[in-house]
Amino acid sequence: MFAHIWSHFDYWAMLFLAMAGLFIVIARGNLIKKLVGLGIFQTSVYLLYLGPAKIVGGTAPIVDAAFKVYSNPLPHVLILTAIVVGVATLALGLALVVRIREAYGTIEEDEVLRRDVQPAGEEAQQ
Amino acid sequence: MTRDMVLRVVAKLLIPFILLFALYVQFHGDFGPGGGFQAGVIFAAAMVFYAVIYGLDNARRVLPDWLVESMIAAGVLLYLGVGFAGLLLGGNFLDYFVLDPEPVAGQHRGIFWVEAGVAITVSGVMLKIFYLFAGRGTDGEQ
Amino acid sequence: MNAHEHLPALQVVLPLAAAPLAVLLRDRVAAFVPVLAATWAAFAISVLMWLQVGESGPISYALGSWAPPWGIEYRVDSLSSLLLMLVSGVAAVVLPYGRASIEREIRQDNHALFYAMFALCLTGLLGIVITGDAFNLFVFLEISSLSSYVLIALGRDRRALVAAYQYLIMGTIRATFIVIGVGLLYLKTGTLNLADMGVRLQEMTSHRPVLAALAFLTVGISLKLALFPLHQWLPNAYAYAPSAVSAFLAATATKVSVYALLRFYFSVFGETAVFRRLPMEDFMLILALAGMFVASTVAIFQRDLKRLFAYSSVAQIGYIVLGISFDSVTGLTATIAHLVNHAVTKGGLFLLLGAAMAGMGGITLARVHGLGRVMPLTAFGIVLCGLSLIGVPGTAGFVSKWYLILAALEKGQWWLVFLIVASSLLAVAYVWRFVEAAYFHAPRADLAAVREAPAGLAIPAWIMVGATIWFGLDTSVTVGSAARAAGMLLRVAS
Repeated sequence: MFAHIWSHFDYWAMLFLAMAGLFIVIARGNLIKKLVGLGIFQTSVYLLYLGPAKIVGGTAPIVDAAFKVYSNPLPHVLILTAIVVGVATLALGLALVVRIREAYGTIEEDEVLRRDVQPAGEEAQQ
Repeated sequence: MTRDMVLRVVAKLLIPFILLFALYVQFHGDFGPGGGFQAGVIFAAAMVFYAVIYGLDNARRVLPDWLVESMIAAGVLLYLGVGFAGLLLGGNFLDYFVLDPEPVAGQHRGIFWVEAGVAITVSGVMLKIFYLFAGRGTDGEQ
Repeated sequence: MNAHEHLPALQVVLPLAAAPLAVLLRDRVAAFVPVLAATWAAFAISVLMWLQVGESGPISYALGSWAPPWGIEYRVDSLSSLLLMLVSGVAAVVLPYGRASIEREIRQDNHALFYAMFALCLTGLLGIVITGDAFNLFVFLEISSLSSYVLIALGRDRRALVAAYQYLIMGTIRATFIVIGVGLLYLKTGTLNLADMGVRLQEMTSHRPVLAALAFLTVGISLKLALFPLHQWLPNAYAYAPSAVSAFLAATATKVSVYALLRFYFSVFGETAVFRRLPMEDFMLILALAGMFVASTVAIFQRDLKRLFAYSSVAQIGYIVLGISFDSVTGLTATIAHLVNHAVTKGGLFLLLGAAMAGMGGITLARVHGLGRVMPLTAFGIVLCGLSLIGVPGTAGFVSKWYLILAALEKGQWWLVFLIVASSLLAVAYVWRFVEAAYFHAPRADLAAVREAPAGLAIPAWIMVGATIWFGLDTSVTVGSAARAAGMLLRVAS
């Protein structure tokens, strides 16, 4: 059984990261920590694609007459795209956190929601 | 940090090499790790380094806001321009084969210009993000 | 160069090119022109392609001249051409409205960025519909999602920021789930082309990774779909975003997600995997019914009109998913027809609500007292759209409900017919709340002098309302295309 776990080592790592990331998003109230958790969750997906892409005994995917087995280049390209998307999401999320901080004075989620209830109470009476 | 002599000298020595390294990464994407995105980030990192040592205002004088925003748009338009070039020369959109009489050389050319567009946009975006975040004071004034 | 052959590429590229142009031309008037031109051109292209597909069958376009399945393929068939027309049509109507409405709702120097983000959102949505490559779908999904987070955050109220942040968190989790699903599919089949995947998956339907991929994709797409109980982000996002943004997203974003679900379920996984190996029929039935009833009930108790109709959207999505759970041609026809019908209804509704908000300064029930007297045309338009939500004959909503009932009768499930009618009664309840506030109360003293909505806001809104009535009376476009698309989806799978 240990051999089974060891041979699928990258998938176990991916699962661990994914669960850790999701847990942080759900369980932590600080808005920036949520974004960190999101980043960890996205990183786990990169492992899912890249683990199988490296073929044992394969070389870099540049055509040369001397080599017959190459690593698969397609997942690498897909993950580059996914990394860029992750960076853009992180930047956008942080920009929103900065604006929320300016508008509410806090970046704890329960504080923000609490401060929202009061003005909503006044607005409902209009 | 403008006062610290060691930091200023080291920065002046290192920044040109960082920029050169960015160009190296840009053009060697075919043969090793690299390409447009990485090169753009390294270029922006060099500028951020400059801004941290010499101050944001000085950095803004070297690369003003309007230039950075234009870089963002220009890179995307360059990418689309390559796509349209393929269209006008008889192939499909983003067709690199028709860009040169010899198809393989056409691929080289297409990838070169596309990566250049990506590098310009990415460095513009990273710099703009840095300007925006660093330009806001801690108590919320712009 | 023959422009006619390159329509699929131009469909996505023209709005994409308009976005950096809008950023370069920072002036708010100059930035509007390329975006408007690109949006209207996109609509014209989608109509041309719809006509072409109707005559000669699906169009396949190889991007970069790499033949599929190695290259990225853009594929236009009867389902995607209908949705392309819907998305670009809604955008073509909402953008001129947006120009007039953001004068009041967004700061002047941000207008050019609003147009750029709008163009990017349109690009993303069109790209999701037209692409035939699974990872390309993810990329366009993220383009549309990221630009919609920005668009929502541009709202006036500071709660728009929180709504946009929550939507960002849920949306990124959703996109990551979809990527995991696509990754598992790629590992099993070795290809990213949707059509090719469908062929290769035929013999693998009981393998666990395939079922896991199906599960991940379902959860991911259902998050964007706002299928109950994954709908939490929708009411806040629609309520606090600028009016033009609420209308555009309400009419397009969820519909495009339904398209993605249909595409993955029927063209990639096939009926066998989805409905025989996993109990999807019952599962979707339960969730759809729960959405219909719970969301309609919650809508009745809302005080803010935008939130009320946002919950109504969740209920209507329940109808759409109900059609899928039937797994029959009639059911799918109802689903696809309701995509169009609900889009024009909700789009028109949110546009009119925006006009009312511009006049009355707010959109709570208390504020719209006396709207019938002060802005009679706007109030009447809202009532018409409300009738379509209920499903009154003569409106577009009736057509889709009719086909849903037909599909339920085909399966002999009378209790389902009763439930569909019962939920329509709940819709009567929440539409009545608006009617009561608008027509049976006097307007507030300081708002009694408000005049009818300006032409820039009224004309686009009434185009959508007119479409609602027209699709209720002449169903050749909606039901005809929907029936064709449903037939194609089920035939491909079986």
